[in-house]
Amino acid sequence: MAEAGAMLEVRDLHVGYGAIRALHGVSISVQKGQIVTLIGCNGAGKSTTLRTISGLLKPTAGSITFEGRSIVGMPPHQIVRLGLAQSPEGRGVFANMTVDENLALGAAIRSDRDGIAADRERCLDLFPRLRERLRQNAGTMSGGEQQMLAMARALMARPKLLLLDEPSLGLAPQLVQTIFSIIREINARGTTILLVEQNATMALEVASYAYVLETGRIAMADSARVLERSDAVRKAYLGVG
Amino acid sequence: MDPFRRRTLELSPSRLVAAARSVLPFIAVLGVALGVHALLYRWQIDDGGVFFYSKILMDIGISIILAVSLTMVNGFTGQFSIGHAGFMAVGAYTGGVVTYYGAMKLFDPANFAAGYLSRSLPMDGPLFGAADGLFLAACLAAGLLAAGLGYLVGLPSLRLRGDYLAIVTLGFGEIVRVIIERSRNVLPDAEAAAKVPAAALPLHVGGASGFTGLQPFTSPFWVILLAGLTVVFAWRLKYSSLGRAMISIREDEIASQSMGVHVTRLKVMAFVVAAFFAGVAGCLYAHQTGIQLTPKDLAFQKSFDIVIMVVLGGMGSISGAVLAAAFVTALPEWLREPTSVWMYGLIALCVVAVFADRRLRAALWVVGLTAGAELLLTVARRAGIELSQYRMIIYALMLILVMIIRPQGLLGLNEVWEIGPFRRLRRTPVAPARGAAAPAGPGGSP
Repeated sequence: MAEAGAMLEVRDLHVGYGAIRALHGVSISVQKGQIVTLIGCNGAGKSTTLRTISGLLKPTAGSITFEGRSIVGMPPHQIVRLGLAQSPEGRGVFANMTVDENLALGAAIRSDRDGIAADRERCLDLFPRLRERLRQNAGTMSGGEQQMLAMARALMARPKLLLLDEPSLGLAPQLVQTIFSIIREINARGTTILLVEQNATMALEVASYAYVLETGRIAMADSARVLERSDAVRKAYLGVG
Repeated sequence: MDPFRRRTLELSPSRLVAAARSVLPFIAVLGVALGVHALLYRWQIDDGGVFFYSKILMDIGISIILAVSLTMVNGFTGQFSIGHAGFMAVGAYTGGVVTYYGAMKLFDPANFAAGYLSRSLPMDGPLFGAADGLFLAACLAAGLLAAGLGYLVGLPSLRLRGDYLAIVTLGFGEIVRVIIERSRNVLPDAEAAAKVPAAALPLHVGGASGFTGLQPFTSPFWVILLAGLTVVFAWRLKYSSLGRAMISIREDEIASQSMGVHVTRLKVMAFVVAAFFAGVAGCLYAHQTGIQLTPKDLAFQKSFDIVIMVVLGGMGSISGAVLAAAFVTALPEWLREPTSVWMYGLIALCVVAVFADRRLRAALWVVGLTAGAELLLTVARRAGIELSQYRMIIYALMLILVMIIRPQGLLGLNEVWEIGPFRRLRRTPVAPARGAAAPAGPGGSP
């Protein structure tokens, strides 16, 4: 699958927190237009991988190329400028700021006012609940609404590749359905998505390609349709069999 | 016009409108400064007692500059700096050197006099003296040098946060104080100054005993003008995209980075800008009537006073910082000759009854605090205690009370006009969704 011309190409990534090594050679590749998912248990290194890609962590070894450019060692604000936006884990909305201000911050790197206003409208169409709550402080919203805001905020940067870190974390099952249908919708409108999830069932359903991460290594990588039916995955992550 | 289009126009006005909007507040500030200055100046001929009020007014103005500038660091970017008086001291001594030695080197002492703008008290002199220009230059130099040091102190702040940064800023303030204390005696006249090379003049600022001989150029005009400019600057910063990005750093640094905010640059920028205004405030402080400029007065204690103002007002609230600066500055004056407080309590009660969100709770607090203060006053009067000597204890008690009643400070991150009924007035309906508003929303909330 690691063919030339991939949008995002991660090769042999090693990352550690001090003496503890979290990733031991992770390789991922994301093609333009796809939804690729990274599934695995707690502590497998999913979030670490995302944070390294977005520049919040520095790898000890390995390469990351985005649209043919190496982005290893680039500060996060420059990586966002290249078109790679992240919706951080645990939502990370700015709690004491209004929904509107949160959205405006998503466009922090842009200065095309008309484009921003248009994207704001587009995001509010995608997440109608946010429109009702524009003037409300983000911290006073429900978990699901905060998740929607985090995703909308990331979209405000008009990314080519959207990194989603556990969008279903702590949400009611019904709301998880909604979030995933919106993820599909975002992808259908032309944004490539790299999705990190613990909820393997849902993730495999929307993704076209999937990686299974175990203790800092890629254990399996295949098309999502194949992995959905694989016995090992079904046993370990889908709770069946 | 449909609401969305109107909102877009509001966000991106034409160049002309935008320019007018930017300039207007500054013209307003200039007008107010001139007006108040003229009034006070006139009144002081009639009644010498008014000078007391113009002195308090100037004290408050200087405190406002300090508190509002510290709000940019502590309130906006959420870096806890407790060395603000260090920048003030740098500004005070820089300004002092410029006016004191500058006057000796550049002007003939006979012609050197303060103009109308730099006089708080009516006295003979030209309408616009050379001193006005020199004083303005001194304030600018004070601000710039302090800003330079702000850059140096801001750099370690990239690696440090919380308590560790607080210790660095505290250390900075102390270093400034010690260096000034080690300086040499003030040169009394131009003759003595001529014997010293010009570059060595800043070394002669009087050491621990203070910089004597500074002229009282600080007038209500300068204070109101510069305090007004500081407030307008902070206000425009807070509601710009830059200010929003700064506040996002305080809210969640990681999320802010993920949004593409250049966190390191904004943190240092906040330090530099705040230091600039603190330096200007220092220059105003140094040239006040009745002030003997000593390093001791601009040490940790002063920094702490400023932090108290920011915390009391609410971290990140400009109007809160202004109110708290006025309150904290006027409090010692009131403590010197305490008058009964039930009148203020009554006023506060009226304000609370109209504006507060939880009226009964707020009213009870007001009644309790008023009764408490009245009791304290009575006890102090009976026991013959001089309350003004216990200023710091009262501050500390106030801080503890605020932390219990309102941990976010008087106003939190909000401005006066964003709370209570003002907010209710401003909460205009947001542009309705095209098609159905979908009240239940897909899925509903968990």
